[in-house]
Amino acid sequence: MSSVESQGASAGAPTLQPLLEARNLTANYGPIRALHGIDFEVRQGEVVVILGANGAGKTTTIRAICQMVATTGSIKLDGVEISKKSTTDIARSGVAHVPQGRGTFPDLSVEDNLMVGAFTRKDKPGVQADKDTWFSVFPRLAERRAQLAGSLSGGEQQMLAVARALMSRPKVLLLDEPSLGLAPIIVQDLFRRLGTLNKEQGITMLVVEQNANLAFDIADRAYVLEVGEIALQGTAEQLRSDDAVRRAYLGY
Amino acid sequence: MQARAEEIGTRGLMITGGVVVVLSLIFILMDGPGLFWKRFLDGLGNGFVYGAVALALVLIYKATGIINFAQGSLAMFFTFIAWVLSNEQSWPVWLAIVTAMAASALSAAAIERVLIRPFDPSNHLPITIITIALLSVIDGLALYIWFADPKGFPSPFPSTKGDVVTIFGARVFYAQIGIWSTVLITTVLLSLLLNRTRVGLAFRAVSSNIESSRLVGVHVGRTLQFGWALAAAIGTLAGCLFLSSGTTQLQPLFMSQILVFAFASATIGGLDSLVGAVVGGLLVGQLQTMIGGYVKFIGSDLVLATTLVLIILVLLVRPNGLFGSKRVERV
Repeated sequence: MSSVESQGASAGAPTLQPLLEARNLTANYGPIRALHGIDFEVRQGEVVVILGANGAGKTTTIRAICQMVATTGSIKLDGVEISKKSTTDIARSGVAHVPQGRGTFPDLSVEDNLMVGAFTRKDKPGVQADKDTWFSVFPRLAERRAQLAGSLSGGEQQMLAVARALMSRPKVLLLDEPSLGLAPIIVQDLFRRLGTLNKEQGITMLVVEQNANLAFDIADRAYVLEVGEIALQGTAEQLRSDDAVRRAYLGY
Repeated sequence: MQARAEEIGTRGLMITGGVVVVLSLIFILMDGPGLFWKRFLDGLGNGFVYGAVALALVLIYKATGIINFAQGSLAMFFTFIAWVLSNEQSWPVWLAIVTAMAASALSAAAIERVLIRPFDPSNHLPITIITIALLSVIDGLALYIWFADPKGFPSPFPSTKGDVVTIFGARVFYAQIGIWSTVLITTVLLSLLLNRTRVGLAFRAVSSNIESSRLVGVHVGRTLQFGWALAAAIGTLAGCLFLSSGTTQLQPLFMSQILVFAFASATIGGLDSLVGAVVGGLLVGQLQTMIGGYVKFIGSDLVLATTLVLIILVLLVRPNGLFGSKRVERV
């Protein structure tokens, strides 16, 4: 594990400047506006969750960060404006994005998926060491390293997508509904692992999720989106005990 | 999620093998093994050329999902460039061919940048129409510059009357062996490039999932440009090789029939399989000579049509071709 720990070294002390910061962010699909000027931030070492019903704009928010939809407003990573960059350059500046529906490379082997995850890195020994690390974290992937990613089960593909994203040693990991289409027991395992990655390695995450119960277990803070606007925000504990959130998202 | 059914490669080989064995036995019984062997060797040269052009088509199809109809015209144009360099500038033939390949790669990269990249890569129709337009522009340009009269192409292989070996009783020109081995070496180099290098990894990633490629920092446009350049160079090599056997002369439309056979080869091989392209090429080459040789009532004019009918029959049984990936959904 040693090779991955270093990336979260500064996780302990929260810095004043957020790692990822969106201000007055709008997103548009042609004439249709899906986000109406939202503000949010993710600090170093945090897990932040964006909750919301279908169509609230969760996926749009996370796609807006990577310029996969047309946006206005400001998005800063480490204080640097990234909203005018291309998706490729945003990835190169340290944003790893696991898109909805896993986003593995189905025609590439498991091992090649990890290698392509490290595409922007130049340190060959470091890449090799990280690959070994992720194979030890996810032994199922190690067993299937020569298999095509498309032949893995849904849960295995999601693990692979996460490991692939972390191979780039990102500053922040974006996860778009990681629980989608997975069996409950697999989802629990996945969130337990995400929580561990955050606690032990200080990996900063922004997670879009409908499964609020699980998301609150690993989240530091959360935002609730309703029709393209932020309706509520606060720490995970605050929102978990909020009556409106309980009724709408926790179901009790 | 989409995945390739893994056993398809071997199943494709088994079906191919079975059909080939049965047909071969029938042919051997008809005219004896000597003539069969001679016809088989005759078919290899064309087959390898079809395979090489099919490789170029498959490279672009895998990455972009479109058929590049201008592939043959590009190859023809730069085969002319090789001819100009060797005949009019007296360059050594190999140097002329390699230079023409490099020039075709640069031109294809420029074409990709200017004519293809501005369009949405997921909308195939406009791009396909652009390649058809390119086909007529390049063909017209070649006719304008070089006219329609055929020209002799210098062979890069020893090709005097005496440059012949006898393999199990059949005479084979060195040029034929040169064509076979050049295509085989090209195929091996291509697979090393795609499977062992960084740019190859990027190319395979883009072929598999464009959106995720962007998300891991791959420059999708530049990677596709590389694919276009590579395909053009292979096409040009195939054009030069085809003329190396000396049976055909260089004129502006010499690639059009080869392109049709190469489409057929790529289709029968599965359109997205590099191995399939070469095997498909060899099969089509054999079908062409064997039909011409054994099924005499068809006559040489209808060989093309008959070959295509047989290919349609294959596709009725295996819609994804012999080696094509059958996309299966797994959630």
